[in-house]
Amino acid sequence: MRHRMSQISAFWNARSRVQQWGLLVPVVVFLLWLPVLNPPLITTEPATDFPIALFNAAVLALIAIGLNVVIGQAGLLDLGYVGFFAIGAYTTALLSSPDSLLGVRYPWLVIVPIAMLVTMISGVILGTPTLRLRGDYLAIVTLGFGEIVRLLADNIDPLRGNRGFQNIARPEATYPDGSPVFSQTDVLGFYWLAVCLIVIVLMLMGNLERSRVGRAWIAVREDEDVAELTGVPTYRFKIWAFAIGAAVGGLSGALFAAQVGYVNNQRFDVATSILYLAAVVLGGSGNKVGVIVGAFLVSYIPDRFQFEPQYRFLVFGLALMVLMAFRPQGLLGMRQHLLTYGRQAYRRLFGAGAAVAPTGMTASTRAAGDLPEVKPDDHAGTSPRGGGE
Amino acid sequence: MPAGGGRPTPPQERVISPVLGLAVLDPAVLDPAVLAPLVAPSEPWINFDVGLLVDRFWANTINGLAYGSIYALVALGYTLVYGVLQLINFAHSEIFILGVFGVYLTFLALGFEPGAIPDLPLGFIIVDLILAGLVAMVVSGLAAVLLERTAYRPLRRRRAPRLAFLITAIGASFVLQQLIRIWRGSNPEGTIRLLPPTPVFEIFGAPVTNLQILIFVASLAMFVVADTFVNRTRLGRGIRAVAQDPDTATLMGVNRERVITITFLVGGLLAGVAGLFYLMTIPQGAVYNGGFLLGIKAFTAAVLGGIGNLRGALLGGLILGVAENYGQSLFGGDWRDVVAFVLLVVVLMFRPTGILGESLARSRA
Amino acid sequence: MIRRRLAAAGALVAAAALVLSGCANQGGGEQQGGGPQAAAPSQPTDAVLPAGNGQGRCAPGTSIGYAGTIAGQNAALGIAIVNAAQLAVDQHNQANPNCQVTLVRADTGGTPDTAVGPTTALINNPQVLGIVGLPFSGESRAVGPALNAAGLVNITPSATNPGLTQNGWTNFFRGLGNDAVQGPAIGRYIQERLGAQNVCVIKDDSDYGIGLAGQVTQTLGPAASCQADVKTNQREFSAIIGQVQQAQPQAIFYSGYYQEAAPLIQQLRDAGVQTTFVGPDGVKDEQYVVNAAGSADGTLLSCPCVPQEGFTDFTNAYQQAFGVPPQTYSAESYDVTTILLQGIDQGIADRAGLLNHVRNYNGQGLTKRFQWSPNGELANTPVWMYRVQGNQIVTDSQIG
Repeated sequence: MRHRMSQISAFWNARSRVQQWGLLVPVVVFLLWLPVLNPPLITTEPATDFPIALFNAAVLALIAIGLNVVIGQAGLLDLGYVGFFAIGAYTTALLSSPDSLLGVRYPWLVIVPIAMLVTMISGVILGTPTLRLRGDYLAIVTLGFGEIVRLLADNIDPLRGNRGFQNIARPEATYPDGSPVFSQTDVLGFYWLAVCLIVIVLMLMGNLERSRVGRAWIAVREDEDVAELTGVPTYRFKIWAFAIGAAVGGLSGALFAAQVGYVNNQRFDVATSILYLAAVVLGGSGNKVGVIVGAFLVSYIPDRFQFEPQYRFLVFGLALMVLMAFRPQGLLGMRQHLLTYGRQAYRRLFGAGAAVAPTGMTASTRAAGDLPEVKPDDHAGTSPRGGGE
Repeated sequence: MPAGGGRPTPPQERVISPVLGLAVLDPAVLDPAVLAPLVAPSEPWINFDVGLLVDRFWANTINGLAYGSIYALVALGYTLVYGVLQLINFAHSEIFILGVFGVYLTFLALGFEPGAIPDLPLGFIIVDLILAGLVAMVVSGLAAVLLERTAYRPLRRRRAPRLAFLITAIGASFVLQQLIRIWRGSNPEGTIRLLPPTPVFEIFGAPVTNLQILIFVASLAMFVVADTFVNRTRLGRGIRAVAQDPDTATLMGVNRERVITITFLVGGLLAGVAGLFYLMTIPQGAVYNGGFLLGIKAFTAAVLGGIGNLRGALLGGLILGVAENYGQSLFGGDWRDVVAFVLLVVVLMFRPTGILGESLARSRA
Repeated sequence: MIRRRLAAAGALVAAAALVLSGCANQGGGEQQGGGPQAAAPSQPTDAVLPAGNGQGRCAPGTSIGYAGTIAGQNAALGIAIVNAAQLAVDQHNQANPNCQVTLVRADTGGTPDTAVGPTTALINNPQVLGIVGLPFSGESRAVGPALNAAGLVNITPSATNPGLTQNGWTNFFRGLGNDAVQGPAIGRYIQERLGAQNVCVIKDDSDYGIGLAGQVTQTLGPAASCQADVKTNQREFSAIIGQVQQAQPQAIFYSGYYQEAAPLIQQLRDAGVQTTFVGPDGVKDEQYVVNAAGSADGTLLSCPCVPQEGFTDFTNAYQQAFGVPPQTYSAESYDVTTILLQGIDQGIADRAGLLNHVRNYNGQGLTKRFQWSPNGELANTPVWMYRVQGNQIVTDSQIG
C-alpha cells in the first residue's frame, strides 16, 4: 500500500506543472459530473440527497483547505476553527436576512468579500494575543475561542441564538427555464460553485506555498526556534497563517449559509470543530489533495450510513480509528519536499530518474518513509522527546 | 410575540463596523431603542449584578469548590496522560462517563430503583456508595487501559505523528459514546439517589452540605494519594522519568509500556471516583453524552493550572469551579462557559504555560 | 419485528374494547389545593384511529415520511415521535391488508444544516405523500420553504414557535397549540390562580424556551420580576438557585425541556427553595418525575394537549412495542400520522390530494379535535394544567 502510494506520488512529482494540471482537469470534470451521474453504491440516496451530500463534502473540503493552512502548513493546532466558519455564516446572515437588525439585504456576491474580510480580521484579533502560546496551549485557547463565538451567538440577543436568521441571500441566477440555479434543495449549482471555489483556492494556496510565506510557514512548523534564529519573523507569519485560514473559513461559512438559507447557533460547537480537524489529519495534514480526500470521507461516511442512523456515528468513529491505525500520517502524507525550486533541486540531488522527492528526504525527517511528528510545542529542548520508543 | 414572529422594522441601512466582534460592542447596536422590540421586556442580555455577586460570594465559593473538585479529579487524568505521552486524550471524558454508568449500574444491581430516595441506615448507604465507587474505578480503569492497548499502542508501534493520536482519541470518543447510547438509549437514566444533601454547618451564612464536604475532602485525599504515588513511589518515579525523557528512561531500565499502562490506569481510577461524586451531585448525569462538556471543562482546568502538572490540575479545577459560579452571578447564568474560557485565555496571556506551569517531570517535591 | 406485530395486534383488541367503554370528559372540573383531581378525559368515543375501517386501498409502496432527529441532538424527543408514528403505521397496516403504507425515516440530526439533505431526499421520493415532522422549530424554519415549494404536506407534532405559521407556507400544519396559545394561559394561571405577584422566569437557550418565556413574561408584565438563563445540557444550577433565593419569588416558571428541569427542581428543593414550580409541555414527561427523584412533587405542568393517561390502549400498545411508556408528543405524533393515513385510505394517491385532505380535515383525535385555520394553526387548542402528585403526573384543570 505504502509502496503503491509512493509510486503514485513519484509519478505525480515527476510531471511538470502543466502536465499536472492536464491530468487534473478530467478529475475536476468528473467531480463536477458526479452528482448528475449519481452512481449506485456510491450514492447516499434514498436516505439523503446525493448532491447535497456532495455539496456538504465540498464545503467541508473548503474548510479543510483553510484549516490545513493553519495546521498543515504552519503547524498550529487550531481546535476552534468552527468559530471562523460561524463568523462567516453569521456575517452573511446579518447582512442579508430580514431578521437582522441591520436592516440591509446585500446580494450574496457583495457579502462574500465582506465575510472573508470580517473573518480575516477576527483571525488577526484572535491570533495577536494567542499566537505567542505554543502547542497544546494554543489548541485549548482556540477551542475556547470557538466556544466563545458560539456562546456569544447564543447569549447576545441581536444574534438571535436558537431562533436564527431566515431567508439568507443566495447567489442570483436562473436556468433558461426560469428555475433558480442556486436553491436549497436543488444544489447542483451550489455544488459546482463550491468545486470552482475549491479549485481557485487551491491555486491561490499553491502559489502561496511556493512563495516566501509558504517557506516561512514550513520553517515554523518544522522548528519554530530555529526559524526565528535564522531570521524568519515567526510571529508575523503565524498571524498570516491564521488570517488566511480564517478567510477561507469565512468563505465556506458564507457558502454554507447561502445554501441552507438559515443560520442559527446550532452546529458551531466543539464537536464540529473536531470533525474539521479530523478531516485535515485523516487526509494527511499538510497535503492539500489529502485534506480534500479526508474532508470527503468525514462528510461522506455519516451520510452514506444515513439509512442506519443508529449506527452511523459508531461506524464513523471506528473508521477514524482504523484509518489512523493503518495510515497514521494520513491517507496522503505531508508534502515534505521543497516546493519552490523542488523539481530542479531534487533532479540535481538524485538524478533525473529520481525526481521523486520521496516523502522523507528532508533533513528533519528521521526514518525513511516515516514522517516527522508535528510537534508544535517543542520548546527548545525543555521536553526532549524522540519519536521512538 | 416579542421575538421572531412580528418582525421589528429596524432603521434602514444602519452603518455598522464590519467586524463582528466590534459590532457587538458598537453603541448603535446596544442602543436600547433598537433592541427593545427584539428582547423580552425588561431583560438585558447581560447583567452586571455586583450585588448578587457579593451576596452569593460564600455560597458560590463553597459550591464552586465542591463542583471544581470533580473537574480536578477528571483533569488529573488528562494531565497524567499528557505528561507522559503529550497526548490530549479526548476519550477521557468517555472514560469518565463509563465510570458514571459503572456507579449507576451498581446501584441498579444493588436493587435500588429510579425515583424515590431509599430509606436506609447511613451505614448501609456508605457501604453501597463505596462499593459503587470501587466498581466505577474498576470500570474506568479497565476501560482506560483497554483504550490504551487497542487504540494508542498500535499507533506508538508505528511511530505515528501526534495528530494521529489525537484523531484516534476523537474516534474512540465517538465509538465509546455511541456504544453507550446503543446499549442504554439516549435518555438519561432514571435518577437513583442514595444520599440527599443536607446542610451540616454554615460559613458566613452559606450552608455547607454533607455531600460537599464529602466530595471536597475525598477529592483532596485522592489527589494526595495520586501525588504521593507519582512523587514518592518507584512506579511514580518511572512515570516522571518517562515524562521527562522517554528514551533515556528506557535506557535506564524503565519499562515504558508498563509506565504508560499505569498512567492510563491511574487516570481511569481517578475518573471512576469522579464519576461517583458526579452522580451523587447530579443524579441525572448518567447519559451517553454527559461526559463531553465536563471533559472539555476538566481539560480546560488542566491547562489552566499547567498541563502535565498534578497540582496544576487540582488548582485549575477548583479555580474553574469557583470562577464559573462568580461569573454566573455577575453576568447571568448563560455566561458560565464564556467566563470559563475567557478566564483561560486571560490566564494564558500572562502565564503562557498555566498557573503552575510545569511539566509532570519537574513537579518533583 | 414479530414482537412489534404481536404488540400491534394486542393493541387492536384493546382499542376495540376501549372504544366501547370510552367516555369523553372535556369539561375539566375546577379544583383547588390538594382536592380531588379533575377527571382526565379518556379516549374520546369518536377518536379516529389509524386502523380505520379496514377497507383502505392504496398502491404498493405508498409512503409517508418522518423527518426529524433519530440519533442526533435531543434524540429522545425525536424517538418518542417516530415510534408513535411507526405504531400508527403498523396498526394501520395490520388492519388494512390492501393498503400497506411504509414509514420512511429521515434522520435530520435535529439541526438546520443536517436537516436539508434527508428532507430533500424525502421531497425527491415520489412515493412519499406526506411528512410527520419536523420536531424542532429551527430545522422546520430551514427546510420549510423547500417543503412548501414541493407541496408536500407537513404536520409537526411538536414545533411550537408561533412564527412558523407566519411564513405563508400553505403546506405546514401544527398538531398542537403554539407558544402564543400556551404562554398567555400559563401567565394568567400563575397570576390569577396562584396569585403570584413576583415570578422568576427561567428559560433555556432553545427556540422553544425563549419563545415561550417571552409569551409568559409578556402576560405577567411587571410580575415577572426575575429572569435567569440556563443552557441546554446544563446540569449544575447553584448560581441560578442563588439568584432565585435572592429574588424570593412566589412562583418559578421554567421554560424549557425536562432534561434540564429535573436537575434544576431537585437542586432547588435541596437548597430549600419550596416555591411553586411551573413548567410547560417540554417538561411534562414521565422522565421529569423519575429524574427529579421525589423533588418534582407539586410541580405544575401545562400542556396544549389533552391528558394522555386516558388513552390506555395507545399507552399500552406503545409500551408493548417499544418497552417504554409514550413520552411528550408521542400522542400528537400518533394523531397526525393517523390523519395522513386516513387520507391515503380514502384513495388519495398524490401530494396535492393529501394536502387538500389535511387542509379540510375535521376529526377527533386522541389528543384533541383536529381542524386547521388556513395558515396551519389548530382551530381548537385546549391548554391543560397538570400536577405532579406522588410520582405521577395527574390532571389538574383546563386553563385555556
